[in-house]
Amino acid sequence: MANQTKVRDPAKRAMLLTALYIAQEQHGYLTEAAVERVADRLGLPVSEVYSMASFYTLYRTRPAGRYVLQVCEGLSCFLADGAERLVDHLRKKLDIEVGETTPDGLFTLETVQCLASCGTSPAMRVNDALYENMTAEKVDELLETLRGYHV
Amino acid sequence: MFEPVLLRNVGLPRSEVIDTYLANGGYQALLKVLREYSPEQVIQIVTASGLRGRGGAGFPAGRKWSFMPKDASVEKYVCVNTDEGEPGTFKDRELVEKDPHQIIEGVIIASYAVGARRAFVYIRGEFFLGVKRWIKAIDDAYAKGFLGKNIQGSQFSLDLSVHRGAGAYICGEETALIESLEGRRGEPRKKPPYPASVGLWGKPTLVHNVETLANVPHIINRGAEWYAGIGTPKSTGPKLFCVSGHVRQRRVLELPLGVPLREIIEQHCGGMAFDRPLKAVIPGGASTPMLTPQQLDTHMDFESLEAEGTMLGTGAIIVMNDRTCMVDVARRLMRFFAHESCGRCVPCRVGTQRMLDILERLEHGKGKPGDLETLETLALGMRGITFCPMGDAAANPVLSGLKLFRDEYEYHLKNKRCAVAA
Repeated sequence: MANQTKVRDPAKRAMLLTALYIAQEQHGYLTEAAVERVADRLGLPVSEVYSMASFYTLYRTRPAGRYVLQVCEGLSCFLADGAERLVDHLRKKLDIEVGETTPDGLFTLETVQCLASCGTSPAMRVNDALYENMTAEKVDELLETLRGYHV
Repeated sequence: MFEPVLLRNVGLPRSEVIDTYLANGGYQALLKVLREYSPEQVIQIVTASGLRGRGGAGFPAGRKWSFMPKDASVEKYVCVNTDEGEPGTFKDRELVEKDPHQIIEGVIIASYAVGARRAFVYIRGEFFLGVKRWIKAIDDAYAKGFLGKNIQGSQFSLDLSVHRGAGAYICGEETALIESLEGRRGEPRKKPPYPASVGLWGKPTLVHNVETLANVPHIINRGAEWYAGIGTPKSTGPKLFCVSGHVRQRRVLELPLGVPLREIIEQHCGGMAFDRPLKAVIPGGASTPMLTPQQLDTHMDFESLEAEGTMLGTGAIIVMNDRTCMVDVARRLMRFFAHESCGRCVPCRVGTQRMLDILERLEHGKGKPGDLETLETLALGMRGITFCPMGDAAANPVLSGLKLFRDEYEYHLKNKRCAVAA
């Protein structure tokens, strides 16, 4: 997605968020080399670039699985009987805790704040795609589909 | 039956494409503005309409526009706030995904009125479809000559581009949004100076929520008088309400400001799910104090909600039934605020975390004597002293919960468990 975002603005620093997205695409996270390269290209201190990467939650500085499963833990998802139930289901199904990655490197489980899908909750994201009105069954189907791409 | 204004196109097939928009009267307001009105006249019309900001604060839009310096030699900017993230809020997503040209037309008219030649869309990084829709819509608007140089043969030119945020609720605050656009951490600036005098790259900047801008073409097309006739005298126009929680139909609704909360829940959302009784309603997003069933006849406008000690906020209505634990609700909301505090000022950074610690303790039956008093002290201590409104926002759910449901907090403390949750 990041490479589709057109930067029509000349201000170099303003490209930092976009630059970090692009840098992250290659390995799924911001490697040290990537951060240094962004800093170099934009003429910023490496510390500034790290500061940005740590402030914004969509940047990661550690490797993650091929698919990052982000379950919304917002109030409306909880009221729709989602949130923990989905997380618990995924924990058992994948045999990992929140924040961990499956040994095969396929899935990372995370919880996130409100995804603005309160009318179609429970909601979750898988990488950049949004899944709404989720149930344990739909989660199972989704995992099967994703696994199917890697057999 | 209220005829939808902002949502009138969303049910159409391929409502997001420019041809659909054009076929339904789209960009007519812009043509009218470019041919018939001076920037000053546009500001007058918007002021007369009574349009107020839909992002939460409710500031009169016309006044905000008039604060922008008139000096044509000063570079000015317009920013479109698509950083929707307040728990319970899902209205802007609907507008962006289903009718982006309506917003673009509003942006162009606003830019013309305040004399900006450059505008920016700032969108939440999580809104993948929204980003795509924005980019496509902007490209199409350029192709049809609604953006770029000499728009529709006029002297007016405007460039608009999309900038994707990267996961920070605080960037919905206008000065934090500006910081983020500049490629910095989204930490709010001290106000004053307000963005209208010192904004993006130090230049005068107008920042508006998506819904606010979506109203503008309709005001131009149908007149300020028509618009001011919708809603109440001080809260004019249609409003998007997004209803979630324990109602039968969770949805985005468009109704005139001032509609009774009861009508929204009972008539438009099918009443309470599973027929369980209502316990509390959050009327305008996570940061707004709760209402009780006794307040169900409250009108949903800025003044009426303020009179009830709460706020219209974003119009995000979260409905909760009798089985909802209010300590747990406060804990969940605090988890959000503690996570999203930008960390710049101490009361918010430390206060939210300390309150969360106590709420977690209470929820897990590990409350200590004095916890409720400490909670109250922390919440009261945060109000009004933080850089941005987030301090107040985080304090509200706790103060409101302690005021309305103190017995539940006490039960948690005394009996080490919850009295209501299954």
